Amino acid sequence: MAKSELKVNGAKYDVELEPNVTLLDALRERVGLTGTKKGCDFGQCGACTVLVNGRRILSCMALAMMHVKDEITTIEGVGKNGTLHPIQTAFIEHDAFQCGYCTAGQIVSAVGLINEGHAVTDDEIREAMSGNLCRCGAYVNILAAVRQEVRRAGI
Amino acid sequence: MQAFELLQPADTHEALEMLARYKDAAFIAGGTTLLDIMKCGLAAPPTLIDITALPLASIEADHNRVRIGALARNSDIAYDARVQKQLPMLAQAFLAGASPQLRNMATMGGNLLQRTRCTYFRDPAAACNKRAGGAGCDAFEGFHRMHALLGTSDACIATHASDAAVALVALDAVVEIEGPAGKRRVPLEHFYRTPGETPSIENDLAAGELIAAVEIPHAPAQRHSTYLKVRDRASYEFALTSAAAGLEFEGEIITSARLALGGVATIPWRSRDAEEALVGKAPDEDVFRQAAEIALSGAVPRRDNAFKVELAKRTIVRALQIVERGP
Repeated sequence: MAKSELKVNGAKYDVELEPNVTLLDALRERVGLTGTKKGCDFGQCGACTVLVNGRRILSCMALAMMHVKDEITTIEGVGKNGTLHPIQTAFIEHDAFQCGYCTAGQIVSAVGLINEGHAVTDDEIREAMSGNLCRCGAYVNILAAVRQEVRRAGI
Repeated sequence: MQAFELLQPADTHEALEMLARYKDAAFIAGGTTLLDIMKCGLAAPPTLIDITALPLASIEADHNRVRIGALARNSDIAYDARVQKQLPMLAQAFLAGASPQLRNMATMGGNLLQRTRCTYFRDPAAACNKRAGGAGCDAFEGFHRMHALLGTSDACIATHASDAAVALVALDAVVEIEGPAGKRRVPLEHFYRTPGETPSIENDLAAGELIAAVEIPHAPAQRHSTYLKVRDRASYEFALTSAAAGLEFEGEIITSARLALGGVATIPWRSRDAEEALVGKAPDEDVFRQAAEIALSGAVPRRDNAFKVELAKRTIVRALQIVERGP
C-alpha cells in the first residue's frame, strides 16, 4: 500500500493504492466517486469510460498507480458549477437511456468523441460510440443525442 | 486481480535491467491485453514494469520509411496524416480494431503481442495446448467458428487477433528489438511463429527483450491500398476474415501487389504466391479470383469454420477491387 494522489475533476485526492487497484476501483472505492460504473470489468462494455487528459479510456483496464500524474475526468466532472454539460442535456431531451447503467459511460464517451472531432456522419458516430454497449437498446436515441451535440459543436 | 509489484523505470536501459533482475516480470503499457488475461487467470506475473515513461511514443516519417515507436497509441497512428496518406491500409486496419477507448490505450508494441481470442485459451477450465503444452485442445471438437484455416497444426487452431499486424506484414514492416545483447531487427513476417507442436511460442521475442519500434520501408503498392474486415457486426468485433491489399500499376498492368489475410490464420498471413500471380496481369475479377484461390489453397477447414474459405476469397477479391477502383 502506498500513499498516492489522484487528480480527478480538477480536485486532488489523497488515496491509498495497491499496485493491482484499477483506476475504476480507485475512483469508486477510494475517491468515492461512484458515477463511473463497473459493467463487465473486462474492457468490453464501456460503462467505466473516463477521460484521461481529455481522451476517453476504459478505467477497468487501467492501473490507478499508472495515472497519478494525469488529469482524470469522470461523469461527475463533465458539467461545471452545477450546470449540465450540453451532451447531458441532449441525453435528457432525446430520452437516450432506459435503465441508466451504461449512461455515465455513454456520456463521457460522447464528450471524448467530440474532443476527438473525427465523427460527423451517423455512421461515423455509430462507429465512434461502438465501444459503449447499451443492453436496453437505446441506441437510436443515443445516436440522436450525440448527433445533436456534434452539430452544435460544429464538427 | 492477484497482487503484484509495480516498477516504473524512466528509460529503456533501466526497464531492461529490471526485466533481467525480477523473475517472471512483464512489461505493461496500454494494459488492454495483459490486465485482461490476468483477470481471466491466465497470467500472474509477480512484477509489472510500467514502460509508459520510456521515450518510445513518436511517429517519424521521411522519404525512406515510416517509423512507429512501440508506445505510440493505436488512435495516434490511425489519425496520423502521414500514415493515412502513405499507408492507408495501416490506418484503416488500426481503425478496424477494438473500440475508440481501447485504441486510446493500446500501443504499437502491445498490438503485435496481443493474445488470441480463442475462447478455450481464455477459459482456464478448458484444455489448451497454448496455455499448457500437452494438455490437449478443446477447440478441435468444440465451437470453432472463429478459428483458423491456415497455419494450423494438430496442437492449435487459434486465430491471431490483430488487424494492424496483418497490414504490417503486407507492408514489409521490420520490428526493432532491444535486449541485453543490444539491438536487433526482425522482419515482422519472420517474427511470428505458427503453432506447430509448441503453440505457446508465438513469436521471436526472447526473454529479456523489448519491442522498441516498427519500421515500414517505402515501397510500391503501399499508397494504393486498403484493409477490408468482414465481421459479425459492423464495429467493435474481431474479424471473421480480413484482407490487407495494395496494388501498383504501370498503365493497365499490375507491377506490384501486396496481400495479407487476417481472421483466418494462426499468424498474420502474407500471401506471396497470390501477389506473384497478380503481377504482370491486367486487373479484372477473374485475375483477382485466381489470386484468392491461390491464397486459400492450403486452407484446412473444419465443421464450423468451412464457410470462411469462400468468405476469405470474396474478401480478397473485394479488397483488390476497392484498391483498383476506389471505395
